[in-house]
Amino acid sequence: MQLTLWTYEGPPHVGAMRVATAMEGVHYVLHAPQGDTYADLLFTMIERRGKRPPVTYTTFEARDLGGDTAQLFQTAAREAYDRYRPQAMLVGASCTAELIQDDPAGLAEAMRLPVPVIPLELPSYQRRENWGASETLHALVRALAKRDVVRTPREGRRPRANILGPTALGFRHRDNLVEVKGLLAALGVDLHLVAPLGASPSDIATIGEADFNILLYPEIGDTTARFLERQFKQPVVRTVPLGHGATCDFIREVAEVAGVDPAAALGVGSRMPWWSRSVDSTYLTSKRVFVFGEANHAIAAARVARDELGFEVCGLGGYNREFARELRAAAAEHGVEPLITDDYLEVEAAITAAQPELVLGTQMERMIAKKLKLPCAVISAPVHVQDFPARHSPLMGFEGANVIFDSWVHPLVMGLEEHLLTMFRDDFEFHDAAGPSHLGAGHASHAGVESVPETPAANDVQGWLPDAERELLKIPFFVRGKARRNTEAFAAERGITAISVETLYEAKAHHAR
Amino acid sequence: MKPEVPLAAGGAPALLRERGQREVFCGLTGIVWLHRKIQDAFFLVVGSRTCAHLLQSAAGVMLFAEPRFATAIIEERDLAGMADANEELDRVVDRLLARRPDIRMLFLVGSCPSEVIKLDLSRAASRLSVKHAPQVRVLNYSGSGIETTFTQGEDACLAALVPELPASTATTPELMIVGSLPDIVEDQFLRFFDEMGIGPVRVLPPRQSVALPPVGANTRFLLAQPFLGDTARALEDRGAVRLPALFPFGAEGTFEWLHAAAQNFGVDEMRFRAVVATARERASRALERPRAKLEGKTIFFMPDSQLEVPLARFLKRELGMVPLEVGTPYLHRAHLAQELKALGPEVLLSEGQDVDRQLDRVRAQRPDLTVCGLGLANPLEALGLSTKWSIELVFSPVHGFDQAADLAELFARPLRRRDMLKV
Repeated sequence: MQLTLWTYEGPPHVGAMRVATAMEGVHYVLHAPQGDTYADLLFTMIERRGKRPPVTYTTFEARDLGGDTAQLFQTAAREAYDRYRPQAMLVGASCTAELIQDDPAGLAEAMRLPVPVIPLELPSYQRRENWGASETLHALVRALAKRDVVRTPREGRRPRANILGPTALGFRHRDNLVEVKGLLAALGVDLHLVAPLGASPSDIATIGEADFNILLYPEIGDTTARFLERQFKQPVVRTVPLGHGATCDFIREVAEVAGVDPAAALGVGSRMPWWSRSVDSTYLTSKRVFVFGEANHAIAAARVARDELGFEVCGLGGYNREFARELRAAAAEHGVEPLITDDYLEVEAAITAAQPELVLGTQMERMIAKKLKLPCAVISAPVHVQDFPARHSPLMGFEGANVIFDSWVHPLVMGLEEHLLTMFRDDFEFHDAAGPSHLGAGHASHAGVESVPETPAANDVQGWLPDAERELLKIPFFVRGKARRNTEAFAAERGITAISVETLYEAKAHHAR
Repeated sequence: MKPEVPLAAGGAPALLRERGQREVFCGLTGIVWLHRKIQDAFFLVVGSRTCAHLLQSAAGVMLFAEPRFATAIIEERDLAGMADANEELDRVVDRLLARRPDIRMLFLVGSCPSEVIKLDLSRAASRLSVKHAPQVRVLNYSGSGIETTFTQGEDACLAALVPELPASTATTPELMIVGSLPDIVEDQFLRFFDEMGIGPVRVLPPRQSVALPPVGANTRFLLAQPFLGDTARALEDRGAVRLPALFPFGAEGTFEWLHAAAQNFGVDEMRFRAVVATARERASRALERPRAKLEGKTIFFMPDSQLEVPLARFLKRELGMVPLEVGTPYLHRAHLAQELKALGPEVLLSEGQDVDRQLDRVRAQRPDLTVCGLGLANPLEALGLSTKWSIELVFSPVHGFDQAADLAELFARPLRRRDMLKV
């Protein structure tokens, strides 16, 4: 058993729902107890969809368990088919139905429905949402793709690509897709289809007609991309165009696979390089950031943080073990320990220990950052209603790089303000405790976090003498954590038990070298 | 598209029973408000990732404070017998209590998977109670979807508390208010009873688990919520007597509810009327504004919280709305006897649900307002139908005289908003 306050991913059948809801002409019959219908609200409330997800739940109750829940499943499947007339049906079980072992696959097959029925085996007690989405897309493509397609020769026509990965309830999938379509247009590559978002089963049937695949979300499309690579010899573009540099790499990779000239697409560019090089951004240099989220997003974010904003990555982690290998490699490159866990408490402990100046995380890390009074920007799912803004707000492509610059820098104290806070920290309204002045009252109250204890005894554990503690408070809040940490590390290395003002400045000189 | 239903007997409304897909929350959802109400209690769901995800989706998106609830997620190795589920549970509880030393009562909450694998949480609760005594008392109840619907989770929780209540030694009648109410409303009611000279008055659940109200043969109780069937039965088993009344929604309901206690406790009628007169008159006055918006408007209740019947009665009788269909997940005829009579025979009641057929009726009848769960609201709005999400009705102070207009306003606001918007 795992103690869970907050969970990074839903159960795997929610992943299947994200695929089904993204598509047209698909209906999902889910063997599940009443109550599991809560999942509808993810789509109707968080994503604000105006339609119910195409899901029928059997909603069995305790009194049904003694009777015939299998019959209940078949009735629900029959009525769902008659009412919605889908081109294809998905059938499966949620966690409770998995335990009663009714075999939705066999039951559905016995019904001989006049459309393809695709059974989903999603082990709820082992796997999670992204895996469920990935497996569902794979099952759909395997079942529906026409195997005997013959691609027309490349001569005399534009190259054609599929985009794999965007789903319903995806973190910025809607807006990222707009950007990536724009890049393809600039490259002169035709889009054959996007799967699953917006595709119908009849579209999926033609998936083999494209020349290659673009894997936008490996956590959802990787298994499918590998299958298509084997089945149709379609090469896969694997660079995720998140950030300025990755977008340039993506364009070059597509150009190479498609055999087109990347120059025009690269020429579009983003404002990110100049915004980052302009002197105002100097203050961003080596700010310590902790990055945690869906592994592929976290890896891409760490690259942007270091190479494009000049931050120092002081922690890197992801919650989906399926990409642990990739995450370990990235962590090694950044020289940090990888944090691979879906235990919120463990992430909280790691962030607390690292004392970063900025957290790039999920909505969960936003809560942790709020508790620790650290600035935070959200970079990945799990999603929240605020992750579906009305405005266009991509993270991919060149516009995505612009959005990243704004949204990651915005939570920080701005350059000149940082100096003024250091110089005049006792100004009655423009001071440290008020927090970044452009963020309003809600972000204030750094005061009180570390007030000088009246009795030094309260701080014995840290070994801080009162004078040193008071001196520490003169350091602005956004670097105070770092100063405290560096000083304590310095003291510990030298066996100093009582930290004085001298120790503080010795440590400062030491770490400056 | 009016469904065919048997003719109603006597003065009660006609009843349609349906069986199909139910679009309702399970009883775990009650944790969302119960953990705020009992401030030293923690709720540990023993369930699956789905349970954790439900709580997070229904509640987490709204609450950013550290919650007093969590899930012990059952994993493959627990099911395969590779790990002893009880040892695992003990380990999780130890970790949890170490993190939250302020907790005095821990509820182990059963879920669909824990029920299906027959994990005995009552034995686990006794074992853990001994282990963590006297610091923490450990109780259990089931909030599983196979046994409970939405507000029935609170019923199961309170019913689990009843055996823990100390025996009352009172020799004269004592009053107990049963059902979790917002603190502000609870205080208003306590002031009324105090002014009438009724006391002591206890409440279940209490704000602190260490202050459980005593119960015994001299206990008279008023249900503040219509979904507390099991709790009422458990209290009756301990000798307490239920005072039948309308539920305290609206000026009429609140008046009748308080009146039932006053009469039982022999409060002089003149004194009772003097105590409630000002608030009752204020409530009626405050209802005039929403009434102007709501009068003559049709309303359709999808089944959700079991508050549907009392709310329909309030909206019909005090605001002049026209209920087309009043759906409820479960109809407790005894506790709703007065309500059903007041609602009258011309309203269609439906119990249980087939959500697709019910939505067909909504689309055909096009009510002015549909009360429904979060999964259905935006899809109906997209069809041009105004909705009120029902979860707000269990999250907001809506009982009592001084909240009557707030309650009405919850229904009036979607209509007012529709009139305001020019986009």
